[in-house]
Amino acid sequence: MVDQLAPAVGESTVEVLEHLGVTVQFLDDQTCCGQPAFNSGFRSEALPVATRFIELFERAEGPIVVPSGSCAAMVRNYYGDLFRGDSNMSQRAARVGERLFELTEFVTKFFGTSAISGELNESATYHKCCHLLREIGIDEQPIEMLSNLSGLDMTPLERADVCCGFGGAFSVKMPDISSAILGEKLDFIEATGANTVIAGDTGCVYQMQGGLRRRDSNVKVIHIAEALAKSIRNVDSTGVSN
Amino acid sequence: MKPITANFRSKAAQTLNNAQIQQSIEHVYTGFFKGRLNAAGDTPEWEELRTKGKAIKDHTIAHLDYYLNMLADNVEKNGGIVFFADDAEEARQHIIDLAHKREIKTVIKSKSMVSEEMGLEKAMNAEGFETVETDLGEYIIQLANETPYHLIAPAVHKSRTDVAKLLDDDFKEGDPVPDATELTMMARKKLRGVFERADMSVTGVNFAVAESGSIALVTNEGNGRMSTTVPRVHVAVMGMEKIVPSIQDLSTMLRILIRSATGQRISTYVTMVNEARKTDEEEGPEEFHLVIMNNGRQNLLEDPQMRESLNCIRCGACLNACPVYRKVGGHAYGWVYPGPIGSIVSPVLTGLKDASNLPSASSLCGACHDACPVKINIPRMLLELRWRTAEGSTDKNEQTSSAKERTVWKMWRLGMMGRKRFDIGARLAGLALRPLSRNGWLKKAPPPISGWTSTRDFPLISSGSLKSKLSKRIGRSK
Repeated sequence: MVDQLAPAVGESTVEVLEHLGVTVQFLDDQTCCGQPAFNSGFRSEALPVATRFIELFERAEGPIVVPSGSCAAMVRNYYGDLFRGDSNMSQRAARVGERLFELTEFVTKFFGTSAISGELNESATYHKCCHLLREIGIDEQPIEMLSNLSGLDMTPLERADVCCGFGGAFSVKMPDISSAILGEKLDFIEATGANTVIAGDTGCVYQMQGGLRRRDSNVKVIHIAEALAKSIRNVDSTGVSN
Repeated sequence: MKPITANFRSKAAQTLNNAQIQQSIEHVYTGFFKGRLNAAGDTPEWEELRTKGKAIKDHTIAHLDYYLNMLADNVEKNGGIVFFADDAEEARQHIIDLAHKREIKTVIKSKSMVSEEMGLEKAMNAEGFETVETDLGEYIIQLANETPYHLIAPAVHKSRTDVAKLLDDDFKEGDPVPDATELTMMARKKLRGVFERADMSVTGVNFAVAESGSIALVTNEGNGRMSTTVPRVHVAVMGMEKIVPSIQDLSTMLRILIRSATGQRISTYVTMVNEARKTDEEEGPEEFHLVIMNNGRQNLLEDPQMRESLNCIRCGACLNACPVYRKVGGHAYGWVYPGPIGSIVSPVLTGLKDASNLPSASSLCGACHDACPVKINIPRMLLELRWRTAEGSTDKNEQTSSAKERTVWKMWRLGMMGRKRFDIGARLAGLALRPLSRNGWLKKAPPPISGWTSTRDFPLISSGSLKSKLSKRIGRSK
């Protein structure tokens, strides 16, 4: 999804990691972890795609960083179900899973929430994407990271931990229900008065942005990788980097 | 109750467009959901209690035969009569037969979801027994001729005006609406006479304690206490999973049940029933019957991937947490158990074929798993059921996926199995959609994403993949 729909999120992820001194390698051959088919019940279609993912990332060394709590949850928490009954693949999946981190989780774990101190002149609010929050367990850490950026005026979002209604194929399969859940989210977003929403998963970003655009709202929704990368760029270009 | 799970989509749409229900149902979040969070926050050992609760239920369900035998033996030792019913019909007929034999005229019911599975109230009224629900919410639902909307708040979707119309014989449109206390007093007045003349009661069971042969009832209105003491025949009905080994276990389960259900530390009434009136006692029912019902639960027990759903203590916390339940309401789910728990048990108890929409009606947000006092992994089971509907056995009537769906996912897989195809596929999709887009967004897209653009703009495929962008930035690698 990031690769084809939101390459800027991927580029921003690389920028953030490089800013922290991490040497980043991008595996050209990668496509998808298999989650869309798995979540739709088509495990026989997800299986070869997930196997391909494991084989590919086994060939690289070091931690694997993904700018998505949802993809991280698939590999870490659901590959076990996908490969149920295949102990060899289950073990290989678990080993890849141990190396895999969501971006804000990775930054928090290895660099701390105050490692990035850029500048971002926006009024913003933060939405807690479900899989990052409940499957990966990253809750307030991204907000702490954002509170470290100068110029950024954060307003808490009411019911920030309630789903935006995206849910992958659910958003297309049951659009009326997905949109009703989204409607409540957008009401709370607009009530903050912020001009930017920051969130951790591209699917949720597009769900909220797509809904806001339909409302003719000017509020922008950006991925946290973009917010962090932009804040780093702002400091670099003004030369007051620390 | 006859399942109408196949009507999920149309029932959901009705509720989505009903502003009054949307407003009424907010209470499950602002009242119950927040209440549970506060109660959990005030209980330092909350997580320990949940872990303990899960362990108790795991153990009990793993040894269900043993504990059911122990329970039945002890109930009989106490002088009660136990009946094991294979299904809802058998349970219902047993109770109706008993009522005929005892020449019963009036039956009072306290809240029981298992009796909803039997459709007991309607069936008994049809047999000529005056049968009245005595839980306030259930009474309102009975008067409205509906089914419960929520596990613990059956009339949560009703506005005060709706309730006034049902309870106040003189109420006319436009009259000032009586407040909740006045409405409750009206119900109390109507129900008092029924309590006095009732000669049989049917109650639910929150927990049955195997080691003592007792049942525990959690209520807030006192109707449960009246039901277990006033009529001469008391029949308690339970699903066969509603059992704990010991009184100590009961104490743990009550603490998590009540906090998770209403946010109270303890309910107004916790009633324990051990036996009927002894010969030298002056009060209490003359007979105590316990009906233990299977009704498909054996299927859950024998299904390793779904068995954990038998740990459910029917607190309703998953409903309150669920963004889908809060929008589509309880009736959309089409059977006794609504919300996330309904979406995993209805397909197994009533058949997956008609209920195939239920597991799909979830964003997999995980709020139910988080809220469940015994940590039932509902999302995992929803995914399991989606697998069965997509690729499951056709002999067992599991598979409901269309040939079109299967083709879409096959194509998807082909596209994902090679990087070149992945890039070409995305480029083709981008080219096809570009003429329809403005400023990088689509207002109207063709299938399969037309559902998305009915309410949301869709982002256009980017003009360059991440791979192509990064290859300029960082060195290529395999």
